[in-house]
Amino acid sequence: MMTSDSYITFENVRFSRGKNRIFDGVNIAIPRGKITAIMGPSGTGKTTLLRLIGGQIKPDSGTVRVDGLDVGRASSKSLLAMRRRLGMLFQNGALFTDLTAAENVAFPLREHSRLPEPMIQRMVTLKLQAVGLLEAAGHMPAALSGGMARRVALARALALDPELMLYDEPFTGQDPINVGVLLRLIASLNQALGLTSVLVSHDVTEALSIADYVVVLNQARIVASGSPDALRAQMSGNTFLRQFLEGAPDDDHSELGQRSARNFAEALGLLPRPDRAATASRRREVR
Amino acid sequence: MVVGAFVLAGIAALLVLTLKWSDFGTSSVSGYTLTAEFDNIGGLTDRSPIKMAGVTIGRVSHIKIDPNTFEAVVTMVISSQYNNLPKDSFASIYTAGLLGAQYIEISPGGDTKVLKNGDKITMTQSAVILEKVISKFLFNKAAAQ
Amino acid sequence: MNGHRNAFLDGLALLGQAAMAAAAHSGQMVLFTGHLLWRLLPAWTRPRLIVQELYAIGVLSLVIILISGGFVGLVLGLQGYNILSKFNATESLGVMVALSLVRELGPVVTALLFAGRAGSAVTAEIALMKTTEQLSAMEMMAVDPLRRVVAPRFWGAVFSMPLLAGLFSLVGIAGGYFIGVVVLGVDPASYWGQIQQQMQPVDDVLNGVIKSLVFGAVIGLIAVFEGFNAEPTSLGISRATTRTVVLSSLSVLGLDFILTAWMFGA
Repeated sequence: MMTSDSYITFENVRFSRGKNRIFDGVNIAIPRGKITAIMGPSGTGKTTLLRLIGGQIKPDSGTVRVDGLDVGRASSKSLLAMRRRLGMLFQNGALFTDLTAAENVAFPLREHSRLPEPMIQRMVTLKLQAVGLLEAAGHMPAALSGGMARRVALARALALDPELMLYDEPFTGQDPINVGVLLRLIASLNQALGLTSVLVSHDVTEALSIADYVVVLNQARIVASGSPDALRAQMSGNTFLRQFLEGAPDDDHSELGQRSARNFAEALGLLPRPDRAATASRRREVR
Repeated sequence: MVVGAFVLAGIAALLVLTLKWSDFGTSSVSGYTLTAEFDNIGGLTDRSPIKMAGVTIGRVSHIKIDPNTFEAVVTMVISSQYNNLPKDSFASIYTAGLLGAQYIEISPGGDTKVLKNGDKITMTQSAVILEKVISKFLFNKAAAQ
Repeated sequence: MNGHRNAFLDGLALLGQAAMAAAAHSGQMVLFTGHLLWRLLPAWTRPRLIVQELYAIGVLSLVIILISGGFVGLVLGLQGYNILSKFNATESLGVMVALSLVRELGPVVTALLFAGRAGSAVTAEIALMKTTEQLSAMEMMAVDPLRRVVAPRFWGAVFSMPLLAGLFSLVGIAGGYFIGVVVLGVDPASYWGQIQQQMQPVDDVLNGVIKSLVFGAVIGLIAVFEGFNAEPTSLGISRATTRTVVLSSLSVLGLDFILTAWMFGA
């Protein structure tokens, strides 16, 4: 499992918050240069997993390695060096509300490089062009729609040309057009820049459509992992996996979410289960 | 820009509170100068008021010790509109109220000659030191018993 | 009897819990202060950030400080005149107003207003940045939020306070002048003359500046700490803001007593 082409490895990682056990001996190997989707119902610690990778929190036991660096025991200096090679897209963008879109993108450049001002401006223009939002450069984040804010945040995360991109629930609360734009961006960025991407999501259809490798978490453990095709093969023998993959994407009860779930299940050649409502209410309890 | 103005204004305010301008307040008083000698000036200071019949007519401008007599020499500036003070006027140091600042009260005499710039008031009464008065009073009481 | 005892024990348990929470809170604050101390000097490598905070914290507090200073001066002038005229000592009005302001009311009232105006704003701002993951995003960009966000705001508070307190005192003295000299007819030369003679640059003004520096540091520290450690919810933000104002005001008044005893006491 711990092959040399893994960019990130989790070795027997345990982590709990208060009395809540979030990870109980988790082993994951995230391949280099691929898009890996970490999936699971809400509350299974998917965001916690990203924070463990970024070294913002440390595991209670076990080891998290990012490109060979033991993140939990690294010095703050090597941790900072690692974070400069990492870009993260937060769930709601986390744009700096007192800076314009362009200044947000320029922020990591100004902090970490001594580039002259015209150079920074040119790079900001390039990054905003890459996410198709050059016309929004002068807007404040409050004036941007949710989807636009997320794309600006993506441009900001890409400003320092990272090797590793982390996406925290990039599709939640987005309209279908935006989801499509984001999916295309994530996939094309990964190919064009040779990134390693880790995508945390509970939107099954979207995540599966671009992921090369999928890890499904439930109740502090890994339920299944492998390529999307391999998951489909495992589905018949794993009740949770089946419910998760074909049920409504988590607590998304919108007509759209329901429809996309149904489309996906049909695309996999499955018929919608009649007890979907029961599945959804059970999931709310988990949350 | 604005911050610079704010910082400068703040520092200026602190300086205004700290610095002493010796001629501040007396610059408005122009007139002629008189002197007077006292045994004891008490709490009299520069810029203490000079009053006549309760009206302020001038300011103390300068206080020093006469090296020969060891008496206090008080220089005062009297507003030029009061240029008819009799030569035999009397200068006494009083306290405004029980706790107030001290001032010089001029009681006009009956002489027809008037005080001119640079003249000296010869008849003076020193400040009353409260402790001295009290102790005198107590001693007298004790002696009487 | 049994129920009685249970109620007593419950009360004791509650008290214990509150004490534990308070101890944990102050422990966190000590830790936070330690972390912050290491970043205070490095923050000066980016002086523009501190200038920005001087604007947000100091300049934007000017209006409330100046207006309040003026009113406090007017009241001091009026009350002072009433008392001093009984002793026939209205010449001392200036020095009474000035000393009250420079020694006590300037630093203390400015600090209380400052805690309400600037302290709460800093707390809410940092807490909101935390809630919207802006601080987390910074950390992931290898930017230290303590150094980039927190330290400049602390410095802004430390430097704004003495400047604001000085302006407050000066405006207050002018207000006292207006009431005393212009309205009530106190001799203007006595008003200024007594201030000039009796106010000491070191004993009075410098001590006032030291007080306001200390108050600025305490309010700044409480404000950034409460913001940084706020629970990332809207209720958490409102609680943190309230705690900033309450804790700052109490600390200012308590510290004022200690500082006054040390500076002007026996």
